Amino acid sequence: MIDFKLPSLGADMDEGKLLEWKVHPGEPVTRGQVVAIVDTAKAAVEVECWQEGTMHEQLVPVGETVPVGTVLALLLAPGEVAPAPGTREKAPAIAKKATPAAAPARAPATPAATPAARKAVSPVARRRAKELGIDPEALDGTGPQGAVTLEDVERAAGAHAPAGAPPAPAQRPDIRQAIAAAMGRSKREIPHYYLAETIPMRRALEWLAAQNAKRPVTERILPGVLQLKAVALALAKAPELNGFWQDGAFVPGGGVHIGVAISLRQGGLIAPGIHDVDRKDLATLMNELTMLVSRARAGSLRSSELSDPTITVTNLGDQGSEAVYGVIYPPQVALVGFGRLATRPWVEDGELRAIPLVTASLSADHRVSDGMRGARFLVALRERLQHPEEL
Amino acid sequence: MTRLTYREAMRQALREALASDPRVFIMGEDVGLYGGTYAVTKGLLQEFGPERVRDAPLSELAFVGAGIGAALGGMRPIVEVMTVNFSLLALDQIVNTAALLRHMSGGQFGVPLVIRMATGAGRQVAAQHSHSLENWYAHVPGLKVLAPGTVADARDMLAPALADPDPVILFEHANLYNLEEDVPDERNPDMTRAAVRREGSAVSLVTYGGSLPKTMEAAATLAAEGIDAEVLDLRSLRPLDTDAILASVRKCRRVVVVDEGWRTGSLAAEIIARIAEEALYDLDAPPARVCSEEVPMPYAKHLEDAALPQPGKIIAAAKATLGK
Repeated sequence: MIDFKLPSLGADMDEGKLLEWKVHPGEPVTRGQVVAIVDTAKAAVEVECWQEGTMHEQLVPVGETVPVGTVLALLLAPGEVAPAPGTREKAPAIAKKATPAAAPARAPATPAATPAARKAVSPVARRRAKELGIDPEALDGTGPQGAVTLEDVERAAGAHAPAGAPPAPAQRPDIRQAIAAAMGRSKREIPHYYLAETIPMRRALEWLAAQNAKRPVTERILPGVLQLKAVALALAKAPELNGFWQDGAFVPGGGVHIGVAISLRQGGLIAPGIHDVDRKDLATLMNELTMLVSRARAGSLRSSELSDPTITVTNLGDQGSEAVYGVIYPPQVALVGFGRLATRPWVEDGELRAIPLVTASLSADHRVSDGMRGARFLVALRERLQHPEEL
Repeated sequence: MTRLTYREAMRQALREALASDPRVFIMGEDVGLYGGTYAVTKGLLQEFGPERVRDAPLSELAFVGAGIGAALGGMRPIVEVMTVNFSLLALDQIVNTAALLRHMSGGQFGVPLVIRMATGAGRQVAAQHSHSLENWYAHVPGLKVLAPGTVADARDMLAPALADPDPVILFEHANLYNLEEDVPDERNPDMTRAAVRREGSAVSLVTYGGSLPKTMEAAATLAAEGIDAEVLDLRSLRPLDTDAILASVRKCRRVVVVDEGWRTGSLAAEIIARIAEEALYDLDAPPARVCSEEVPMPYAKHLEDAALPQPGKIIAAAKATLGK
């Protein structure tokens, strides 16, 4: 029997709400298949399974919020025979969210039917909820196994509008909380150092304009994609910027997976990744970036996109400021920022000229790398962008 | 205020008992010439003579039985059994005779006997000297079972035990003998009420005897992490101070029982049953237990450590009740 657990999809995630099952009991699961859709604080994420098997039992029903690490479902390993029912303890936190208007009194369980799973509500929470006239089964639990606790009930009571007003629909104040937690941790734990380099973009933009002239409008490549590819290739000069700080040591990334900071319409941001940026051509990267942005904003990302990135790039674009000095997204160890592309005075071939420039910055983890290495990376990045035809 | 070890405190109590009541005498294996297996009775033979401090032959059945006879005859014997594992040889005398005589005689005879036993593991003396079987005796009506977990209780519990008209068993965890603490000059005459050793409100840690210092250590670590744990020392295992247990659970709404006995059929199980019977609707999380692993106590140090309740296990159980 294989446990399919809720993975952590980033440093800022500690729980998720199951939105949809994509595989039903009895159906096969292949490696990399999307098995469920889970709502994190930031987005609805398609959670992939990395083991082969057959869906046996879904332990967490749709609508339930569970902590990271909770077993969501049991899969039968290839060749494994389903055990007789009841041989394995069921997760106790299984619950059904009752909408107050919908269900009348719970129907008595008929002997033939499986008994309805009961939402875990601590005894004292249940008693207090009754006193306060709250339905405890409609609350998200924070106790052991996701049980609703006394504190959850009292918090809900405090939040309730007086007399009969319907409870406010759950929005996403938690996005801010999630960002606060991750960024707070980053600044507490990571000794950042910062470097910046002004990069002439004349050759790159001229080359890109010539390329784009040959392409249909819908397939034109943005300068940001050149920058992404240049970052990926420049990382070869400074591999210690690409990876993770885990358990007190640096673990190199298993590829160059660049997280792209994307702002969300409802506020906040998210940084899902594009895989193997160093090995993809510009047209492919442009296509993937477009898809990624639209899926991030639609709230349908994949778990591997959120948990895999080995470095993050933030690009403030046309509306941004001249330079950005970012906060590293743990457990990554570096973040590359690009400010606004702008035409400014610059000395080139001994002459003062007006050419497009961009300020590239590096925020890096001093536990892993030093300023000299960081500087080598920025110089390599600058040189890569002087030879756009090689990108 | 005096600073004493648990061993010295127990010896002081024995000396005071011998000095103040001529009916009191001590009997057991190696209590005289050798000074006691754990050196508790050291010097008492020289001070009080062989009539009052008597070395017994290696037969728990015989000398516990002799102690019962002496108690019936008007004496106030203190019988030392080297370890609770060995007391099983005297189980018939303790359970079938000492505990039952008042009942069987229609109230005509009581057995005012005190039995002291070492208990518990942690010193690598292997399975036959290391188990915690307090619960076996706490099961039996007619007995009182005490477990001093502090130096003050080691000094203060003997006198009320001797004053009791029925048999009392005192369990001394062998790991506590070297424990050194300041004790107040004032004596605590009560032997059956539990004591809050640390006030808290987030989770109640209920324990006794040798697990008390470990639980206090766990509570200190939890406090450093912002979790305010209460520690309740049972002191008496029979009768159990149910009121104190319920009061602490009602206050904290979460409970972890720490008990060095094996989990199955443990005292911890009894305590949690009482909580479930009387305070279920005050609970905010399922009650938890930290007990010994269900194996004969291993000799190897790392395995013995792993088999016993430890602060880390207590901390993890306490956090789990908080959903952490």
